[in-house]
Amino acid sequence: MSLAKLNMVQAINLALFEEMEKDPTVLVMGEDVGVDGGVFRVTEGLLSKFGSDRVIDTPLAESGIVGTAIGMAVSGLKPVAEIQFEGFSYMTIDQLAAHASRIRYRSRGTYHCPLVVRAPYGGGVKALEHHSEAVATFYIHIPGLKVVIPSTPYDAKGLLISSIRDPDPVMFFEPKKLYRAFKEEVPEGEYTVPLGVGKKITEGEDLTLIAWGAMVRVCQEAMEQVKDLNVELIDLRTLSPLDDKVIIDSVKKTGRVVIVHEEPRTLGFGAEIIARINEKALLSLEAPVKRVTGFDVPMPLPKLEDYYLPNAAKVADAIKEVAAF
Amino acid sequence: MSVDWLSILDAEGNVDESLEPKLDTETLEKFYRTMVLTRMYDDKALKLQRQGRMLTFGSSLGQEATAVGSAFAMKPDDWFFPAFREHGVQIARGIPLSLLYIYWMGSEDANLKLPPKNFPVAIPVSTQILHAVGAAWAAKIKKQNIASVVYFGDGATSEGDFHEGMNFAGVFKTPTVFICQNNQYAISLPREKQTASKTLAQKALAYGFEGIQIDGNDVLAVYSVTLTALEKARSGGGPTMIECFTYRMGPHTTSDDPTKYRKAAEVEEWKKKDPIKRLRIYLEKKGMWDQSREDAMIKEITDEVEKAVKEAESYKPVVENMFKYVYADKPLHLKEQMDELQGFISKRRGNESG
Ligand SMILES: Cc1ncc(C[n+]2csc(CCOP(=O)(O)OP(=O)(O)O)c2C)c(N)n1
Ligand SMILES: [Mg+2]
Repeated sequence: MSLAKLNMVQAINLALFEEMEKDPTVLVMGEDVGVDGGVFRVTEGLLSKFGSDRVIDTPLAESGIVGTAIGMAVSGLKPVAEIQFEGFSYMTIDQLAAHASRIRYRSRGTYHCPLVVRAPYGGGVKALEHHSEAVATFYIHIPGLKVVIPSTPYDAKGLLISSIRDPDPVMFFEPKKLYRAFKEEVPEGEYTVPLGVGKKITEGEDLTLIAWGAMVRVCQEAMEQVKDLNVELIDLRTLSPLDDKVIIDSVKKTGRVVIVHEEPRTLGFGAEIIARINEKALLSLEAPVKRVTGFDVPMPLPKLEDYYLPNAAKVADAIKEVAAF
Repeated sequence: MSVDWLSILDAEGNVDESLEPKLDTETLEKFYRTMVLTRMYDDKALKLQRQGRMLTFGSSLGQEATAVGSAFAMKPDDWFFPAFREHGVQIARGIPLSLLYIYWMGSEDANLKLPPKNFPVAIPVSTQILHAVGAAWAAKIKKQNIASVVYFGDGATSEGDFHEGMNFAGVFKTPTVFICQNNQYAISLPREKQTASKTLAQKALAYGFEGIQIDGNDVLAVYSVTLTALEKARSGGGPTMIECFTYRMGPHTTSDDPTKYRKAAEVEEWKKKDPIKRLRIYLEKKGMWDQSREDAMIKEITDEVEKAVKEAESYKPVVENMFKYVYADKPLHLKEQMDELQGFISKRRGNESG
């Protein structure tokens, strides 16, 4: 296996390339994914390699893209549908909630839906309205749908391959802030990162810091400001199904927890994590769990987005407060 | 299935006298000036974007006739629902340039001062179409003698919201004018790959009302047809869809590279059909325009644009507005979150000065 230094866009592109090469039932569809190579260039080069039956420029219709992809998926194809920005994924919720996520259940296993829907998400890139939102909660709330969010190029490739091979529908959110933020070594050729398994990025005894996607980098920056504390940073990687174990084991060790997410606070995934901690490790807690999150307001346009988003300073403050409790 | 095609002023500035609307000098000059202003507004926005002083921006270069011709056919009391490329309509409807710049520089505060009946831009493609139908329907229910005009692109005709809006308008005979700016592309997707329909206007026939295709670079045709459609709407004749056949001369937005999907020769062909150039020839032929007037106007517009940019750049967004406009009354949790943010901000300021 050879290694190359890739950013997240390149890593996802490589995953698509390799899976399409290996499995002729895998195809890519969406707005501007073919000739244009995707507005973020994630699908660059796929059309010339695999042709227009497998790299499909669709009409401009998100419900249409996901709905027809469901039909393909139950017919034995493995569509990877791209939604151009998370703010336009709302139109897919009907098809995902009413159909993709429950066709296995309703048909009692006669049909299943090996579909992946990819969408960039999140703020911090000075984008237009509806181009900077963190919307995972809507999808996590749909039983039967998996939700994956990578934070590194290596994981992005491995998680996407796992998502494509998964027999059930997966919502794959890509932190656009990290698309080109950094490069790391990504092996060429096959490897997978399993769905439903979180990752300890650092080991520590003093406090558990939980994040995913772009917020993992923010947490790493924050940790630079609290070097006297041994923080255990956990990147959940898959939000649904959630890896309880990595969280609970850590909480039992540290007794102190800070959760960071871009999503609005109310019903953001932090709420569920706290509930699970309460259910499984309440008596290990030595301080109330603290959340650093987006506010319960629509994602503001760029002039105010820095006020909205969690940042390293806010996270460092929260870590100090919880550690000192 | 076929729809009518209308053009009045051709690319060389020749007019079809049998169709020529009778407009006075002042009105024609207003059309011309607003089209040039729109182009210079766009041009400035692109420059600002390149310098990092503006967000991603979609210029309306080449589509000025569609915007300005239709806007001047409307009355101030008619509803206007834009997509995101209707700068010319906004300018013609009297929205101050500085507000437009404030929005595209990244603040919703621009919408604080939008004149009535001018809805904020809709970024999610096609969603505004239903609102326009609803607003027209409300006018009908309330027996108001107004119409509602909605703008959208060729790409938008693929979304479900477009079809639902058209169907409701047909069923309830709402006073809605659907203006499709067919600029031949939806980002990279050419019009012929968007739909197998021969024209976009013919989709109206399927919903039981009139659709017409017109030369969207011909401001006289756009004005005349919109005027007729609006009069029909206000007098109970129901909706009309107008497909303005035009061309997006620039990239989709500042983030787009059109060389990936279209040929330079195609753009060159369309340059010959420039909407501003042909109107200028028409005005000159009528003895209404000459170079010295042109020079004076350009100077005036340059100053106007610069002044607007200065105003927009000096605007300081209000942090509290993030919490203020979520609900009519601020619930407790938002008050707490606002306090939390303000606590953070003042602590940072303290740290910086300390
Ligand atoms: C629902 C939705 N999907 C995708 C996008 C991303 N997007 C922005 S503009 C655009 C193309 C729009 O094409 P068209 O309707 O022809 O309008 P034009 O940009 O040509 O004016 C796309 C896909 C969006 N804004 N909204
Ligand atoms: Mg278009």
